Amino acid sequence: MSSENKQILTTDGIPLEVSLKKAEKKNKIKAFLLVAPLLLFIIITYVFPIGDMLMRSVDDKMVTEMLPKTYKSMETWDGEELPPEEVFEAFYFDFQRLIEEEREGKLSTQLNYTKNGFKSIIKKLRRKSKSFEEGNYKEQIMAVHKRWADVEYWRAIKRRAPAYTYQKYLKGMDMYENEKGEIVNVAEDRRVHRILWLRTLEIAFFVTVFCFLMAYPIAHLLATLPMKYSNLLMICVLLPFWTSLLVRTASWMILLQQQGIVNDFFVMIGLVSDDNRIEMMFNKTGSYVAMTQILLPFMVLPLYSVMKTISPSLMRAGKSLGGTPFIAFWKVYFPLTIPGIGAGCLLVFILAIGYYITPALVGGASGTLISNQIAFHMKSTLDWSFASAMGLMLLSGVLVIYWLYNKLVGIDNIKLG
Amino acid sequence: MALPKYTETHYRIWHYIYLTICAAVFFFLIAPLFVIFPLSFNAEEFLVFSDGMKRLDPDAFSLRWYQDMIYGTKNPWGLAAKNSFVIAIFATIGSVLLGTVAALGLSSRHMPYKGLIMAVLISPMIVPLIISGVAIFFFMAKAGLAATHTGIVLAHIVLGTPFVVITVTATLSGFDHSVTRAAASLGSNPVNTFMKITLPLILPGVISGGLFAFVTSFDEVVVVLFLAGLENTTIPIQMWTGLREQLSPTILAVATCLIVLSTLILVTAELLRRRSERLRGINQ
Repeated sequence: MSSENKQILTTDGIPLEVSLKKAEKKNKIKAFLLVAPLLLFIIITYVFPIGDMLMRSVDDKMVTEMLPKTYKSMETWDGEELPPEEVFEAFYFDFQRLIEEEREGKLSTQLNYTKNGFKSIIKKLRRKSKSFEEGNYKEQIMAVHKRWADVEYWRAIKRRAPAYTYQKYLKGMDMYENEKGEIVNVAEDRRVHRILWLRTLEIAFFVTVFCFLMAYPIAHLLATLPMKYSNLLMICVLLPFWTSLLVRTASWMILLQQQGIVNDFFVMIGLVSDDNRIEMMFNKTGSYVAMTQILLPFMVLPLYSVMKTISPSLMRAGKSLGGTPFIAFWKVYFPLTIPGIGAGCLLVFILAIGYYITPALVGGASGTLISNQIAFHMKSTLDWSFASAMGLMLLSGVLVIYWLYNKLVGIDNIKLG
Repeated sequence: MALPKYTETHYRIWHYIYLTICAAVFFFLIAPLFVIFPLSFNAEEFLVFSDGMKRLDPDAFSLRWYQDMIYGTKNPWGLAAKNSFVIAIFATIGSVLLGTVAALGLSSRHMPYKGLIMAVLISPMIVPLIISGVAIFFFMAKAGLAATHTGIVLAHIVLGTPFVVITVTATLSGFDHSVTRAAASLGSNPVNTFMKITLPLILPGVISGGLFAFVTSFDEVVVVLFLAGLENTTIPIQMWTGLREQLSPTILAVATCLIVLSTLILVTAELLRRRSERLRGINQ
């Protein structure tokens, strides 16, 4: 068959293969051009800023730029004993320039992050350095305060030399790098972040479990009831879903307050006496109750959409083959709902782990989560690099969960109800 | 859900327990919303049911908190409502335009790197809001758009497009592409085909995506808290401040209005969903 080797030509005389490839490429470009505006927009306003967060979280150029001469002279210093005269001299000139630019306050804040006690001695140095004489700066600086004669403080300055640092990440885990460069835990009474991480995981986990336990029966009921009843009941799920988060949080604040309806009810049925009503708000209970109710629709909807596709004849078949209703449910129905369970749990867990508004309003001090800490550093302490570091730690946690989910269930199963 | 007559007693009991559990969960879901209604008509300043209200005494009810909401000077609810609507409307338009066009591209079988691009496009929905808030704030601050309406609208477009992309791609998955080819063979140009053939067919998906985007923007508070200045205050911000400082009945009046609004949105979304299901039924 000689025609096999012959190329098939289009009417224009171009080989068909080439022509098809050309058309394919054109279609590819067309499709891509449609996506391009949004893709570009998301990359510029969203993906790059997250990269910017990463840069900020490791950026430590500030001190490096404030003390250029000092760091240059420190290159040869081994850090064993007090640095030589030239380091003191360089530091004195850097410091004078900072005073001129009125930036010495920033330096003291920054160095204080590394080692406590810098704030007061820098203030003192600023006052005394006005009357410094030329030459022999080592003696003069050391005379200002005994900490300036302590090698630990000079090592602390040297530790800030690199332009990049992972200190903020260590701080987020309640750890730090000590004078010898070892990574150690902070003192027990100052560990705040680890508790917050654990609490965030704990609350997110239990909220997911509660949501699952509550959503499964009602999703099943919605999926098995005749349409006209289930549509009516669906409103009970969808109305909270479409209602503002703040409205729902407000209603829980009214319900859970000490003079609120839930407490009234407890008093009425005699569960508690009138003068020691239960405190359900501004603690963990508040976070649990409100978050469970608010996130419940996100569990019901995926479960419902999966259960809707399961034919009731499967259960009947299971029963007719000799299984009790419980065995038929457990062996036939339940395994078929696993994609829905996966999607619902993933959605609820991820929403819960990043929750901010509700815990801030009903959680009090013992019910706040890691997000509240991030917001606190963004708005109050203005330590943006630390907020960025914690945000990225949270983000990487979320991405790990997604990856696991994708491995176990497959990401395509997510449905929006 | 009536049980057949031959059901054994213990299954019968189990069935009623199951129904009771369901009723309790439905009550838990919906009841909190109904606390707000009566209390917003409270004549007193406290957020508890007064004795007069329990007796249904007409004097215990009043519209004073609604008056305070509209005419009160302490809370700029008017400005907040105006801002919220302006921002939400522009954010919705932006999200729908960008999202629909992107969904068209993503649904083409020629689209390269579909999975990766889809992941990037829907990432704002997946990433916790607080992180999006921080990242978008850094961008807007650099671009000089912090504390401007433009900045907030752009931020809400970022948060709203994933919903549009998802709903429109879902609608397009049941779309019969031979109708557009038929239009093309009859001499229609691509733009004309889109406006006359594709758009009317995918409209339910586009509108429900738009509703998602609208609600996302209208309710969004985390990102706005980072971005907004005094001039850009929105309803969620006012509610947030109000709830943090002092729970006043005026907030409940606002909340009641918001519940009415969400009921309207719910009804629209449901009608659209049914229409789109009907249309898809015809296609099959």
